[in-house]
Formats: sequence, structure tokens, C-alpha cells
Amino acid sequence: MIEVKNLTKVYGNFVAIRDVSFKAERGSILGFLGPNGAGKTTTMRIITGFMPATAGTVVVDDLDIFTQSLEARRRIGYLPESPPLYLDMRVEAYLRFVARLRGVQRAKLDEALEHTLEVCGLADMRSRICGQLSKGYRQRVGLAQALIHDPQVLVLDEPTIGLDPRQIHEIRGLIKTLSGDRTVVLSTHILPEVSQICDKVVIIAEGTVVLEEKLSEIPAGTTLEQVFLEAISKDRHTGADAEETLEEVGAGRA
Amino acid sequence: MKNAFTIAGKELAAYFVQPVAYVVLTVFLLLGGFFFFELLSYFQIVLQMYAAMQNPQVLEHMNLNQRVIEPLLHNLSIVLVILVPAITMRSFAEEKRSGTYEFLLTAPVRTGEIVAGKFIAAAAFMLIMIALAGIFPIILVIFGNPEVGVMVAGYLGLLLLSLCFVAIGLFTSSITQNQIIAAITCFGALLILYVISWPAQTGSSGWVSDLLRYLSITDHFSQMVTGIIDTRDLVYFLSLILVALFLTQRSVESARWR
Repeated sequence: MIEVKNLTKVYGNFVAIRDVSFKAERGSILGFLGPNGAGKTTTMRIITGFMPATAGTVVVDDLDIFTQSLEARRRIGYLPESPPLYLDMRVEAYLRFVARLRGVQRAKLDEALEHTLEVCGLADMRSRICGQLSKGYRQRVGLAQALIHDPQVLVLDEPTIGLDPRQIHEIRGLIKTLSGDRTVVLSTHILPEVSQICDKVVIIAEGTVVLEEKLSEIPAGTTLEQVFLEAISKDRHTGADAEETLEEVGAGRA
Repeated sequence: MKNAFTIAGKELAAYFVQPVAYVVLTVFLLLGGFFFFELLSYFQIVLQMYAAMQNPQVLEHMNLNQRVIEPLLHNLSIVLVILVPAITMRSFAEEKRSGTYEFLLTAPVRTGEIVAGKFIAAAAFMLIMIALAGIFPIILVIFGNPEVGVMVAGYLGLLLLSLCFVAIGLFTSSITQNQIIAAITCFGALLILYVISWPAQTGSSGWVSDLLRYLSITDHFSQMVTGIIDTRDLVYFLSLILVALFLTQRSVESARWR
């Protein structure tokens, strides 16, 4: 489970996200949707503990990502926007390295490795050098490194970007089978992706959440596209500058 | 600590997967061999000269330690000023640029473990490099009779010096994502550390010159090269390493509170 509460992130005098709150339930896939530059990556970086928020909290499986960071990070598998590969390592060596850092026990390492290679369709690529892989395979290795320690929470930043249609289909299928009893949050700006694999959608625009709804609750006859376009064109806080936001945040703390 | 060794193993392997390690080792040993040969040749000429002049008093004072090993170690320490930045510039800058930093900082690993891992790897590489340069004194021991203890102290000094350099290199790499900037900043810092006692030699006296002399890495290194292992020098080297590593840890950690 991921619970994001009133997250705000200010860079200098630019407000990246503002008062973002949503909740992803265990066993479900949450689609995090928004135009480019809406704050998707910022939110995910905060959820995974890569950087702190200016204000607000994130709770991952009852652990606060800021105060119980190590414990919380142990439960998260994270695929950043660009797959974090060491380009001079071989796929197998890389995944072993990742698994050990993420705390997979030595005895279970081989099993975890084989399973992950199998699931991600990388069995034939295990002795290839990461830097020589095509974009699609790099993305798969990126997914494999997020999965290898069998995390309870998966955070995937645009997992299907740069893949060909067949690979997109495969990766979507994979993500769907992964959900099980896990919590999956994936960001995307491809609408059909959300309607195909997600249970819930959160739409973010210009740094604020404009819609949080279960897909099953979207009225029949309305497409996601209509919902999306309507949501992002709604009246919002505009022209709210950093100082104003910071003031509010400060007031909230006092 | 287990994580630190996992990272160290991966880093050390990376040195040898890329040609960097081999190039650095080759340059270091090639230059070392050149210095060694030249110093030895010069030593021999001087020796013959004094022998021809029938001057036994001077001949008694001529020894391999002072005439060959000491200048060799000083020359190698200058080579390290240039080579260490090339080795350490990747450590953090490359991770930031290639996006693996995001993986490293979101893995359940303490910042201190990341820094320790990178330091252990670079330190191990220095140990390999300096151990290989141990061939020169071994040749001397086989064909002459230098004092072994003095040479061991000198090589220990070179190792400690290289560890200080590495720690500083890690710090300069952690503050930027550009490898060139990391290397040049490191080079500048090492060179300043090398020459910082110069003002002390050119006149100024009192506590300022004492301080500058204390800060200078050359002065402490020279002590060890002459065979004196003084606790004060050891304390200097160790505190320099710890301060640089502490700053690195803070600099990496700062990504979390910025």
C-alpha cells in the first residue's frame, strides 16, 4: 500500500508538485497519468525516497519513507525513467549486484535471478553486456532490477516508453501478472495503457491531482480520453507562485 | 558493512572491465621504471666518480636508500597527483550522469556504505598499483644491500598518500556530474596540498608557517620516505582521509535534503 499525503515539492522558486494526495491499495495497479512536465517523475522520486518532499508524507506499507527510510526502501522496486544500468556490466552480474544490495539472501539469490530472467524474457541475454542491449532489452533489464527482490511495492516510471508495439504488449501483460498481492504504481502518458491494465487512475496536471478514480467507477459511455481532457482543463490553482505555496506549507507546519 | 563490500567488488571489477585500470597501471609503472633506471644510472656514475677520486669518506655516505628510493618515491607521488583524479573522477559523477545514482540512492543502503564501498575499491586499486611498483626495491635487494625497513616505511608512506588522494578524488567527484570538472578540481586540490608549505619556506614565520607546514602532505610524506614512521604523520594521513570521506558522505547525503 502506498499512501501519499499532501506532497509538495519546490525547486528554488518553481513549484513542481503541490498538495498531491492519493492512495494505492495492495493488489491493485494505479495508473499515474498526466501531460509531460506535470510532476509524475518528481512524485515517484519522492515516493521511492530518492529525494525528500518540501512538505507532506509518504507511507509505504505502514513505513514512512522519510523517517523509516531504509525499511521502506527495502520493500520498493523502482524503475526510474531511464533504466539505471551499469553499461559495462553483463546482465547477470548486474542483476546479482542489484539483488545483493537490495538484501536478497545469498542462498536464494540463484533462484531469484533465474526466476526474474525468466519472467522478463531475458534468459538468452544473461551474458550480454548491458551497454550493447537494444532499448527494449534495456527496459526489460530495468524492470528485472525492480523485481528481483520480490518487492511488495513496485514503482514504474513510464515502463513502456521506447518499446515496439509487441514489446509494449508483453510488458503490459507482465505488469498485469505482477500485481497479485503487490501494490503497483505506474506513470504514463499513454491513455490506453491505463484502461488496459490499471484498476485506478490518478490524473495530475501542473503539479496538482485533478482526478482520483477507480476505472470501474468511470461512467459507461465515457472514454478515459474524455475524462482526461476534462480533468486537465478544469479550473485549478493557477499562478500560485512558490512563495505563496511555501507560506502555506509553513503555516501548515506551525 | 556487507553492502560496502558488495559495492567495492562491483567497482573494482568495473576498473578492470574498462581499459582505465590498465592504462593507469601502464603509465604508472612505465614512468616508475624510467625514474628507477635513470636514478640508478646516475647513482652509478656518481659512485664511479668518487671512487676515481679516491674519496672513501664520501663513498661511505652514498647509499641506495637516499640516492635512489627516496627520489623515486617523490617522483611517483607526483605521478599520483595526476593519475588519481583520472581514477576517481568516475565514481560519483558517472553514476549521476547515467541515471544509476537513482538506483543507488533508492536501494536500502546507507550513504556511508556507498562512500565506503567506493573508497575500498579505489584503495584496493592503489594497493595493487603500489605493490607492483614494489618490483624496484626488490631489484635493489637482489643486487645490492639497501635498508629494507626504510623502503617499507617509504612505500607505506606512498600508500597512505595515495589513499588521501583517493578520498579527496571521491569528494570532488561527488559534487558534480561532470567527470572533467571532477578530475580538474581534484587535480587542483591535490596540487595545493602538495605546495601549501611553500609560503612557509619563503620567509613568513610563526604559527602561520607552522600551520602550513603541518597541512602540507609533502612534509609528512618526506618524513616517512626517510624511514621515520611518526604517529603524528600517521594521524595526519588518517585524519585527512576521514575528513575527505566525511565530506563525501555529506555531499551524497545532501541529495536527500536538498
